[in-house]
Amino acid sequence: MDFKPTNAKQLQECVAYAAAEGETLRVQGLGTKAALGRPTQAARTLDLSALAGDVEYEPEELVLTCNAATKMRDILLLLEQRAQMLAFEPPDLGALYGASEADSGSIGGALAANLGGPRRIKMGSARDHFLGFSGVSGRGEEFKAGSKVVKNVTGYDLPKIVAGSMGTLAVLDRVTVKVMPAGAKTRSVLVFGLDPMKAVAAMVDALNSPWEVSGAAYLPKRAAARSSVDHVAQASASVTAIRVEGTAVSVAARCEALCRSLGAFGPVEELHTMRSLKLWREIRDVAALLPDRNAAIWRVSVAPTQGPAVAAASDADWFCDWGGGLVWLAVPAAGDAHAAAIRASFAEGHATLMRAPDALRLAVPVFEPPSAGVAALNRGVKAQFDPKGILNPGRLSEAY
Amino acid sequence: MPTMPVPDAAILARRSQIVADLRAIVPGEGVIDAEEERRAYECDGLNIYRALPMVVVLPSTVAQVAAVMKYCQANGIKIVPRGAGTGLSGGALPLEDGILLGMAKFNKVLEIDFANRCARVQPGVTNLGITQAVQHAGFYYAPDPSSQIACTIGGNVAENSGGVHCLKYGLTTNNVLGVEMVTMAGEVIRLGGKHLDAGGYDLLGIVVGSEGLLGVVTEVTVRLLRKPETARAVLVGFPSLEDGGNCVAQIIAEGIVPGGIEMMDKPAIHAAEAFVNAGYPLDVESLLIVELDGPQAEVDELIANVERIARENNAVTSRISESEEERMRFWAGRKAAFPAVGRISPDYICMDGTIPRKRLADVLRGISDIAAKHGVGVANVFHAGDGNLHPLILFDANKDGELLAAEACGADILRLCVAAGGVLTGEHGVGIEKRDLMPSMFDEDDLATQMRLKCAFDADGLLNPGKVFPQLHRCAEMGRMRVHKGQVPFPNLPRF
Repeated sequence: MDFKPTNAKQLQECVAYAAAEGETLRVQGLGTKAALGRPTQAARTLDLSALAGDVEYEPEELVLTCNAATKMRDILLLLEQRAQMLAFEPPDLGALYGASEADSGSIGGALAANLGGPRRIKMGSARDHFLGFSGVSGRGEEFKAGSKVVKNVTGYDLPKIVAGSMGTLAVLDRVTVKVMPAGAKTRSVLVFGLDPMKAVAAMVDALNSPWEVSGAAYLPKRAAARSSVDHVAQASASVTAIRVEGTAVSVAARCEALCRSLGAFGPVEELHTMRSLKLWREIRDVAALLPDRNAAIWRVSVAPTQGPAVAAASDADWFCDWGGGLVWLAVPAAGDAHAAAIRASFAEGHATLMRAPDALRLAVPVFEPPSAGVAALNRGVKAQFDPKGILNPGRLSEAY
Repeated sequence: MPTMPVPDAAILARRSQIVADLRAIVPGEGVIDAEEERRAYECDGLNIYRALPMVVVLPSTVAQVAAVMKYCQANGIKIVPRGAGTGLSGGALPLEDGILLGMAKFNKVLEIDFANRCARVQPGVTNLGITQAVQHAGFYYAPDPSSQIACTIGGNVAENSGGVHCLKYGLTTNNVLGVEMVTMAGEVIRLGGKHLDAGGYDLLGIVVGSEGLLGVVTEVTVRLLRKPETARAVLVGFPSLEDGGNCVAQIIAEGIVPGGIEMMDKPAIHAAEAFVNAGYPLDVESLLIVELDGPQAEVDELIANVERIARENNAVTSRISESEEERMRFWAGRKAAFPAVGRISPDYICMDGTIPRKRLADVLRGISDIAAKHGVGVANVFHAGDGNLHPLILFDANKDGELLAAEACGADILRLCVAAGGVLTGEHGVGIEKRDLMPSMFDEDDLATQMRLKCAFDADGLLNPGKVFPQLHRCAEMGRMRVHKGQVPFPNLPRF
């Protein structure tokens, strides 16, 4: 029998009941990221989908508060009407996880998974825009943390630890996020035919320029050919893409400057509004560029200059974002899915097995195994929020 | 002064043994025993509260920090970390039965990595020192608290420091990629690094802003940003506070994110102008400095828009900086606002609340009423873009009762900020100053959840106790579950 609370009080009672009985809960918003993380065995599903809506949006204050299961799509539409955005560019992983249509899930899910898109390099990730929440801990206690204003350092920054915790510490009821004005225009500069090392050098050049680049990605020839953007697909070469956003005058001036400096690396071309938007959606959402539905997918976060080495460690189909700092790899879903080779390819970083069959996600650590000292702290944090281990047991690791 | 935990007589009785033991860990001048030398550490930037530390330790290696922590853990000795001691909330206020751990000797820039746009530095490097180490290549470190010339990056991490550029560039937490930290158990751990994302629990995210309660940071990896191509400022005066507030709201609603937007009220304008002659208009009720930074083409376009918006909101004076020198002059008054106020009043305390910006005019009127009620003066400077208000309460500590009146006034102002939908502190931290006001913002369960997090890092409560949280509870007591099987009926469970 599953739980489907329709208000905060019911939510608290559900968790308090489970805590009292020691019953485990599969915490689920809209379920679009159910296949992210270790497979969870739980006695019941805590279905949060009814805790949606009740949006308080104040564009001039740059904050939005709503119930956690509110659809991301609805929020983005609302923001668009006021020319604002969630600056961390939440990805839509619907297609990656095999949904028949685009589905970016709920805002609570996006925050709980802490996923940021290409603009991460300039504007930060979900964690950086998560201002406050109310929710229920694994103790069954309702509590709030953070605030509804954009600048606050009162007490511990609990939204940070809840971001990325995949529902293992607390169940979100209501969330407040920072919103930002969206650039009126967007364009990209493409550089064709670079090898991975040269591409990283070109991206460093662009990212270290004063032109406020908001996206820097490299598509090897194979990935580029799959793009639905004609200029990219028909290049018959690798494509390095640099994005700028802002007012029309500013975007034009910065693109011109970038074309000049990047011209030293290879042939360049500008990609205007619609095509640029489409390309960065593909980069953000991954599935179109790495379309093999049977492949295991890795998401590897490293220092940007380490990107090519990570890509070279396995014979993977791949591309990278974040100037080289985020490498997406598609490998056969067999053996350890190259986990050992991929994780040995960097000294400092984090490899996440984003998509793989359940058995593989049980056999291989989905999230980067932490050092012993950090693992001990993680266990301690889990025990404080959820002493009986009832919330999404084992979703992050065997121990929590 | 808020009540501090009662010093442990048993620890104090062992003082000379403890000093000797610490000398075995940190040799030479790294252990300060003499009372007159310890006096130098008796307060931080919140100098109305003082306490003499039992002993001061200035380690110079990570191994020494780890050994000191292990020793304290094993012997039940409290420890208070300290950077440059510029904090404004008393986070580094010593404990009479505790060790003050000064991190000033960790003052090296370890690595600058322009290709990955980051730097690894020791925690005792000053905030400005980071920018100075990278500016030759056109880079800088973005958060810029007004104490940046003196405050250390380790202290910035502890307090999650801000500055005037937060709205566009974020607080410390958005600009720190990783730390190396020594836990209370004496273990050295690394959180984050040069990469942007680490899955799993974001321990780094809670260590930043934890006010020295979770660990001692021994290395910080910070993001470096390329300096904007240009920056220009516009100085605008308004006949009322409402007009200034409305102007800020419209700038943001039109999609402009300035590098900085600062507002001053009339008393602050007058104090600043008398001090530095920045050319501020004296017949206005509020003054706004709006700075736009970025590519030249964009800044030129947007500054014209800001000037138009200012006119639409009844601006009576408006000047755009035409040179770098003029821009710096606009800022000179604002940056000197604190010392300027120090000239017109023997003492002042700087408060730090955040409010929803739309409440600005009511809150400023409320502050003025509160100050009048307590018989003290007040001047306001305001990081207007993000709603972070700094009322400066003016008083004379030599006059009977004025310090108490100023403290009471400050507490009332912060309660007003919370009641307006805001928070107790936007960038200075809770420390000792706002500790006892925490219940005005958080209920018992909210506070218990935060305090339990500390238990995961410091089960014995030895690291900076008496700060941030109004009551000390033993971890074992807080760890108990409140509900037990069978005790709570669940009549209304929505089961499907």
